[in-house]
Amino acid sequence: MTDSPVKYAFVLPGVLTMIVIVIFPVGYAIRLSLSSWEISAFGSGLDFAGLTQYAAVLQDTRFWHSLFVTFIIVFFAVSLEYVIGLSLALILTVELRGRRVFRVIFLVPMMVTAVIMALVWRTVLHESIGPINDILIRLSLPGIPWLSHNTVALISIIMVDFWQWTPFMFIILLAGLLSLPQDPYEAAVIDGASPWQVFRYITFELLYPVSVAVLLIRTIEAFKIMGTIFVLTSGGPGTSTETSSYYIWIRGLKEFQLGYSAAMAFTYLIILTIGLIIFSKLLRKRISPRKL
Amino acid sequence: MYATLVLWCIFAVFPFLWAFVTSFKTDQDVVNGATYFPGIDFKPVLSAWTNLFSGESIPIIGPYLNTVVISITSSLLAMMIGSLAAYGLSRFRFNLGRFGNDDISFWFISLRIMPAVVIAIPYFVMFNSLHLLDTKISLIIVYIGYNMPLVVWLMKDFFDNIPSELDEAAIVDGCSHFGAFFRIVVPLSKSGLLVTFLFCIIFSWSEFIFALILTINKSQTLPLVIVGRASTRIPWWEISAASLISILPVAVLAIVIERYMIKGTLMGSFR
Repeated sequence: MTDSPVKYAFVLPGVLTMIVIVIFPVGYAIRLSLSSWEISAFGSGLDFAGLTQYAAVLQDTRFWHSLFVTFIIVFFAVSLEYVIGLSLALILTVELRGRRVFRVIFLVPMMVTAVIMALVWRTVLHESIGPINDILIRLSLPGIPWLSHNTVALISIIMVDFWQWTPFMFIILLAGLLSLPQDPYEAAVIDGASPWQVFRYITFELLYPVSVAVLLIRTIEAFKIMGTIFVLTSGGPGTSTETSSYYIWIRGLKEFQLGYSAAMAFTYLIILTIGLIIFSKLLRKRISPRKL
Repeated sequence: MYATLVLWCIFAVFPFLWAFVTSFKTDQDVVNGATYFPGIDFKPVLSAWTNLFSGESIPIIGPYLNTVVISITSSLLAMMIGSLAAYGLSRFRFNLGRFGNDDISFWFISLRIMPAVVIAIPYFVMFNSLHLLDTKISLIIVYIGYNMPLVVWLMKDFFDNIPSELDEAAIVDGCSHFGAFFRIVVPLSKSGLLVTFLFCIIFSWSEFIFALILTINKSQTLPLVIVGRASTRIPWWEISAASLISILPVAVLAIVIERYMIKGTLMGSFR
């Protein structure tokens, strides 16, 4: 590493761009959240309402409900994605024929436009003209109310997210697995360890840093879930699949209660950040001091 | 083992297959219940596809162009600014009070925690007052901010893996820092730059929320137009055809990226 005043020339364009494109609007959003602005008052100036909006948010049961819904979706989706992604990755570390083909096929769902695929899933899960219920009925099983029943709709959302994002876990964990050292495995064979012991004490342990990184990244992204909800259920039935992002959007850009939705957005962000910090501290207890 | 892999393949591929089959149906074939095999259950027709291009159904050419222009422009700009910053963070020591290189890198990445809605609301108000709503420029600007943290993160790690002795040697020989960057490091980073660029394109191409909030009809991108058609009396057959056409480029890019990802081009970021 060297030092030279030219370093600012390299970094400043990036920092300035981010400040203008991200920080400045966020600052404006904070200002909004301290007002009681609604779109009907567009012409008039911005009033100052202090923290009243925040107080209102904290008393908004629909907000807490959306937080709960978001948490459920993230928890189940990310857990499933990790477990299955890891399983698939483990299988593909073996020298199977055609594994390159499998890898490519596995990767595609993650890379294509998420909203559009969610829309395609809507046709697949369609209760009267979709293939899944049709097959179930032909097998004399009852059709499932994929998108019209409270709990089942949640499951559908989780399933679509799982379909889209397991490849992410898979590809990162696979790369991690492929870069693990071989020596511990040879030692384990000599010591007569069982396959489960090998996995639990060698593979899983050595993979821990990568697992933590990928879980954190995916969790952060998962909390932002919005397009899938928008396309599949619009938060319904009722508000059973209404995530916090979606509720914020409704209040802000459908009902145009800009001040209130800004306050809600920041409350959400604060809760999210605190939760993530706790989560990452819990996960990283066991790693030696390294950067994320 | 194969069974598991094949099972997942079926799960992964099924929606695509269903869209493909549905795109060849007429409205009757769809509305009267699920039909599966062309030729056996129903007679395949090309109407959904031809309607797409003739502009009778979902207007797709305009949004296609919008999406291409917006994705490429924002990704190029994000790459240029972001790679410079990544190189700076990789090669130079920063000490701003208690903030060092790692803190600055972390700052870039932490911006990704922000849910789109948080920032979309002020964007809406700001772009509205600048009369920039429903323009390509607004989306390009937003996507630069959206993609740059990723560029900085991936490229910094990539540059870290290129021995600094190489640029230092060039500097000793009289090259400027910028010269060393452009003439030594960049040519060596072609694969990393390419993969990161493709990632930016994929993310811009598929972005929905900002496009939803910041456009009305002139600058709509593909995801928006297709989802927009899915409101009342949904023409599933047209939607299927449109969906497939719109994800085709990114699917191809995905296959291109796959060759690079496993080779370990970007894996340093995760250790």
